Amino acid sequence: MIGGLFIYNHKGEVLISRVYRDDIGRNAVDAFRVNVIHARQQVRSPVTNIARTSFFHVKRSNIWLAAVTKQNVNAAMVFEFLYKMCDVMTAYFGKISEENIKNNFVLIYELLDEILDFGYPQNSETGALKTFITQQGIKGQHQTKEEQSQITSQVTGQIGWRREGIKYRRNELFLDVLESVNLLMSPQGQVLSAHVSGRVVMKSYLSGMPECKFGMNDKIVIDKQGKGAVSDDAGKSDLGGGSSGKQSIAIDDCTFHQCVRLSKFDSERSISFIPPDGEYELMRYRTTKDIILPFRVIPLVREVGRTKLEVKVVIKSNFKPSLLAQKIEVRIPTPLNTSGVQVICMKGKAKYKASENAIVWKIKRMAGMKESQISAEIELLPTNDKKKWARPPISMNFEVPFAPSGLKVRYLKVFESKLNYSDHDVIKWVRYIGRSGIYETRC
Amino acid sequence: MTDSKYFTTTKKGEIFELKAELNSDKKEKKKEAVKKVIASMTVGKDVSALFPDVVNCMQTDNLELKKLVYLYLMNYAKSQPDMAIMAVNTFVKDCEDPNPLIRALAVRTMGCIRVDKITEYLCEPLRKCLKDEDPYVRKTAAVCVAKLHDINAQLVEDQGFLDTLKDLISDSNPMVVANAVAALSEIAESHPNSNLLDLNPQTINKLLTALNECTEWGQIFILDCLANYTPRDDRESQSICERVTPRLSHANSAVVLSAVKVLMKFMEMLPKDLDYYGTLLKKLAPPLVTLLSAEPELQYVALRNINLIVQRRPEILKHEMKVFFVKYNDPIYVKLEKLDIMIRLASQANIAQVLAELKEYATEVDVDFVRKAVRAIGRCAIKVEQSAERCVSTLLDLIQTKVNYVVQEAIVVIKDIFRKYPNKYESVIATLCENLDSLDEPEARAAMIWIVGEYAERIDNADELLESFLEGFHDESTQVQLQLLTAIVKLFLKKPTETQELVQQVLSLATQDSDNPDLRDRGYIYWRLLSTDPVAAKEVVLAEKPLISEETDLIEPTLLEELICHIGTLASVYHKPPSAFVEGSRGVQHKRLAGSSGSGESVESPDTGSAAGVSEAPPAVIPSQGDLLGDLLNLDLTPTTTGPPPPASTGMQMGAMDLLGGGLDSLMGDESEPPPIPLRTDTPQSPQLPHQSPSPPDYSPTELGGDLGGSPAMGAPFGAPPATMPASFNAPVSGGLDDLFDLAGGVGMPMGAYNPPKTLWLPAMKAKGLEISGTFVRRAGVIQMEMTLNNKAMSVMSDFAIQFNRNSFGLAPAGPLQILTPLSPNQSIEAALPLSTVGPVMKMEPLNNLQVAVKNNIDVFYFSCQYPISMLFVEDGKMERQVFLATWKDIPNDNESQFQIKDCHLNSDAASNKLQGSNIFTIAKRTVEGQDMLYQSMKLTNGIWVLAELRVQMGNPNYTISLKCRAPEVSQCVFQNYEMVLKN
Repeated sequence: MIGGLFIYNHKGEVLISRVYRDDIGRNAVDAFRVNVIHARQQVRSPVTNIARTSFFHVKRSNIWLAAVTKQNVNAAMVFEFLYKMCDVMTAYFGKISEENIKNNFVLIYELLDEILDFGYPQNSETGALKTFITQQGIKGQHQTKEEQSQITSQVTGQIGWRREGIKYRRNELFLDVLESVNLLMSPQGQVLSAHVSGRVVMKSYLSGMPECKFGMNDKIVIDKQGKGAVSDDAGKSDLGGGSSGKQSIAIDDCTFHQCVRLSKFDSERSISFIPPDGEYELMRYRTTKDIILPFRVIPLVREVGRTKLEVKVVIKSNFKPSLLAQKIEVRIPTPLNTSGVQVICMKGKAKYKASENAIVWKIKRMAGMKESQISAEIELLPTNDKKKWARPPISMNFEVPFAPSGLKVRYLKVFESKLNYSDHDVIKWVRYIGRSGIYETRC
Repeated sequence: MTDSKYFTTTKKGEIFELKAELNSDKKEKKKEAVKKVIASMTVGKDVSALFPDVVNCMQTDNLELKKLVYLYLMNYAKSQPDMAIMAVNTFVKDCEDPNPLIRALAVRTMGCIRVDKITEYLCEPLRKCLKDEDPYVRKTAAVCVAKLHDINAQLVEDQGFLDTLKDLISDSNPMVVANAVAALSEIAESHPNSNLLDLNPQTINKLLTALNECTEWGQIFILDCLANYTPRDDRESQSICERVTPRLSHANSAVVLSAVKVLMKFMEMLPKDLDYYGTLLKKLAPPLVTLLSAEPELQYVALRNINLIVQRRPEILKHEMKVFFVKYNDPIYVKLEKLDIMIRLASQANIAQVLAELKEYATEVDVDFVRKAVRAIGRCAIKVEQSAERCVSTLLDLIQTKVNYVVQEAIVVIKDIFRKYPNKYESVIATLCENLDSLDEPEARAAMIWIVGEYAERIDNADELLESFLEGFHDESTQVQLQLLTAIVKLFLKKPTETQELVQQVLSLATQDSDNPDLRDRGYIYWRLLSTDPVAAKEVVLAEKPLISEETDLIEPTLLEELICHIGTLASVYHKPPSAFVEGSRGVQHKRLAGSSGSGESVESPDTGSAAGVSEAPPAVIPSQGDLLGDLLNLDLTPTTTGPPPPASTGMQMGAMDLLGGGLDSLMGDESEPPPIPLRTDTPQSPQLPHQSPSPPDYSPTELGGDLGGSPAMGAPFGAPPATMPASFNAPVSGGLDDLFDLAGGVGMPMGAYNPPKTLWLPAMKAKGLEISGTFVRRAGVIQMEMTLNNKAMSVMSDFAIQFNRNSFGLAPAGPLQILTPLSPNQSIEAALPLSTVGPVMKMEPLNNLQVAVKNNIDVFYFSCQYPISMLFVEDGKMERQVFLATWKDIPNDNESQFQIKDCHLNSDAASNKLQGSNIFTIAKRTVEGQDMLYQSMKLTNGIWVLAELRVQMGNPNYTISLKCRAPEVSQCVFQNYEMVLKN
């Protein structure tokens, strides 16, 4: 299991060092600094073995987090733990920076003592941790016996992510369907690979221990229902943003927050859970079929002699004219030996940024089914460098108010049998946001 | 609240100030001071001097202060064991606190204090906490048992904590179950044979129930534990799989990977025609693909695992090629891994897409990545025949870019393509030759020279080209030199008239002016071949080469199976078995050391002082943690020659390094570079002969031939291999021949040692047609491994090499494996490998187990065999009577073990004679009431003495033997050896 955990600043100075196992000595701290942080050549793997000791590291801004072990540990678990550790720290004191870590080092030691015992990760849900570890020192000394046992049963309990006795005057929930659409397209417009990775993020402000059920236009469910009688609950509580688009979508794979009953999903494909309080990520999913690609990029690069490049890029928006895409940015890479650039664009603003070796073209808003164009002349310095310019792909960023995968939320039902509020009393909000992930077109 | 100020105290006299503050009356000031102490501790300052003052702060009802003090205690208790005792009372008191959080904190911290005296006090509170009413305390106590076991395993067993821990598996709280499982799994690891976890259908059912309810981490512990279970039949296997598959949708990648591990393992038990089997295969692909959208570090872990899964079950991901396409912004370690998997998934169906991608990658910026991409194109050509032509033209395009390293890499792979498809793509040679001048890397130069030599008849100016390389012959690397020598000889055999001068020149460069033994040997062999029998030379040098296989970098099947059982863990990331990077049998050593100190005997008599037990031997050889840079992972399989090598065999050692260093290592899964396809030479592997002395430079070929023929060791290369190596070579005894004759005359003559018959070590099934059977013999003080290698495959085998894993007695090859001719199909060959005992040591189970890796041109194979311990009995193992008596008394009775040898019909003298042949010496004989008592001694190569008392009763075929040794673990082996010798 994890033998020790160290946190370093960018210079390699230790900020936090907690050793859990006897086989990890103080020299491990230095070994990582010397061989990874100060390594002459950048280390090319997140797992490093130095003198029979394995180091796992992740970097957050310029802070290094390293877990150390001498055993054959579950490597995936170690990384998951390191990420979790970052989440917990962020939840407690914001950005992970040297200053914040130094300011909270007592708290961090306390957290490390709680969430890692003898190198075994323990309950690391911030919601539960915050009930007894706070920045203002520890709670617990003045608690009643009931409070104490409530804490311990929550930390160890089946529903470790939610405490009992939550009350809201107004029961309300917000669902955000956040998708990032990824594309790699050949210069000829052929889709080399495209997928959507989506997340359903929920903010719940619900009293008691509500039992929730979430439904979406999952092809498998819809097909199953279509075969039988038309179910009546589907239409009634439809939260979907509109009736247009596809009826159902094929989800390649999805993963759920630990509150979701996985065995129920596996057998019935229904998503039921008791949600944590506040904001959390209910599910992640991935689709590859019938993706709506919001933009198409058509590049044209022509080399005129050895000292000039002509670039023309057309972008076309491909969605309902009534919708507006925002924060559009097209990034056209330029060769390293660029000496000057002249740009003409029909819409938005374009600028050559020498430090980034790219022409950045920004458009604030663009409606669906429109087209815009940029052309640029790039002057090159003559070089005797034999190596050809690698022509990195043209990348694009944008935000659209729909889900490129076609996913629709059909319902989210809330049941709380003990308190007297019903599904109808809960105010529900749904929002769809599609963003560009890695959206590239080769040129 | 800003705690960062505590990091800035660097004044002098700081310790004194802190001391004063710690003893302050004001609570706030105390807390501030402890915080400063912890901050200093973190940055590595020694604040152990403050121990008593900090411990004084422990008696507080301020929980925050208490936690800080505990943190300090955990760090320094070991260095101040006596003072740490002061803390015990507080711990014991806290374990009774009404607040469960404080009870848990106390038991958690106490387990982290590795001081024997404290450990004793821990037992009672721990027992209570294991049965605490609060689940939070129980789950903490469960882990504490594992902590205690790590400190004192015996204590845990004696106190019955293991049973309590087992009971916790049935606890009502899922987190308690998960932690108990984690603790038990860890403890069980150090007792490989105990049935600690006792997995049966009932416990499995409990675990599967808890799986649905516990935290993400708990699910990982349970799944990892489940993976160790072996279901009774396919129905149970299926029902477990059904209950594990929902975990594939968990957001935590580690849960997913551990579930994949369980499924991959249990799937083996399912019949392939079962519907469920197909369903399961389909269910595995999506979650594996989803792992690729995780953070880059996890992607890396996932990709390393997918690499294994794809090798084991290619059908799972065969349609998912696209997800492995490299993204421009992927970190380099993700890019390289994706590339590897792309090649594995490449097939006729998707080759067009793959090639287009690879061509794209070859123009990227990262040099390593580009090189790997170019290599990948070559591998596609070899793997998918239909694509070869397209690959070659892609490679030619790349050569036109003139980017230096791309060109070099392309030439190396084109050489392989020539090997795979002879006489098909020679039209490109002209293009290749244009780039001759730009090649500066040995591998590329060697590849180009090979091409020129191989196709000399089609290249008009081949002689000029080769001659141009000859100018700087001595500055070239060995690889290039050897290749150049061979290429010029080929050229000469093809165009004898114009190239006589050239061949003379290269032969003299190789033989007279070079001090590289490999090169000299090859030079001499060619020289002699050419001057005596040019026809034979032609047959040898221009022989038809065996085709190269398409998949050269597959992980060896048994290793792959082992790694599949370790999915998700470090082993699967390194692609190495855990034994290669985890300190061997740590738990076992702990246990043994505790046992021997418990017996109370620690005084060693001076005359046996050298005979340190095996238990103390390993730490001396295993590199200490301190030497950071030297001891990287690969140490295990690269040949390390500790101790002085035998003087006669230095040349051989170098040869072994060269051969194994490149081949074995990269096949073991070196991460950074694709393993080179092992085509080094096209002539039969000839070098690596032992060298007596540098030959005088003015030897003419004929003289030399006579000389060669006469030497027993050198006669081997092209003739039949010698049945056994002459003992005078590579003997670990450095005294020379005289010494050896002395020894031979002195011992072993009366009966001759018993040598067990050859047994099958490596069946042909497991080693792609190579079958090895063998035995061990000790002749005149030299241990030899005698093997029969049998080629049951369809193709010729060559380039044999051998390597041992660390083992209990440091056995290591004293020289390379002497198989100099390629082994044709259905041919067998005898080989004798002299062994030394100066290799690295690691305790094996059983003690006389030896893990061996054998490499040939096809692959690396692994097997393990057991050597009779008598191989290690040295010739001077006869103890003085007096010393024997004293030693017998001196060794504690605990170390004595008794065995029965049944059905043995020798009288005591015959037995004594027979045993002497195996260097077991009878020192005295006593007869008491018709019972002969033989007192015997033997000494192992590592200096351990074993004393024996053998009781032989007239007319009774059952002997009784008592063995005494300071390292009692050898007794079992020695007994087995007695039995073997006496019964044969």
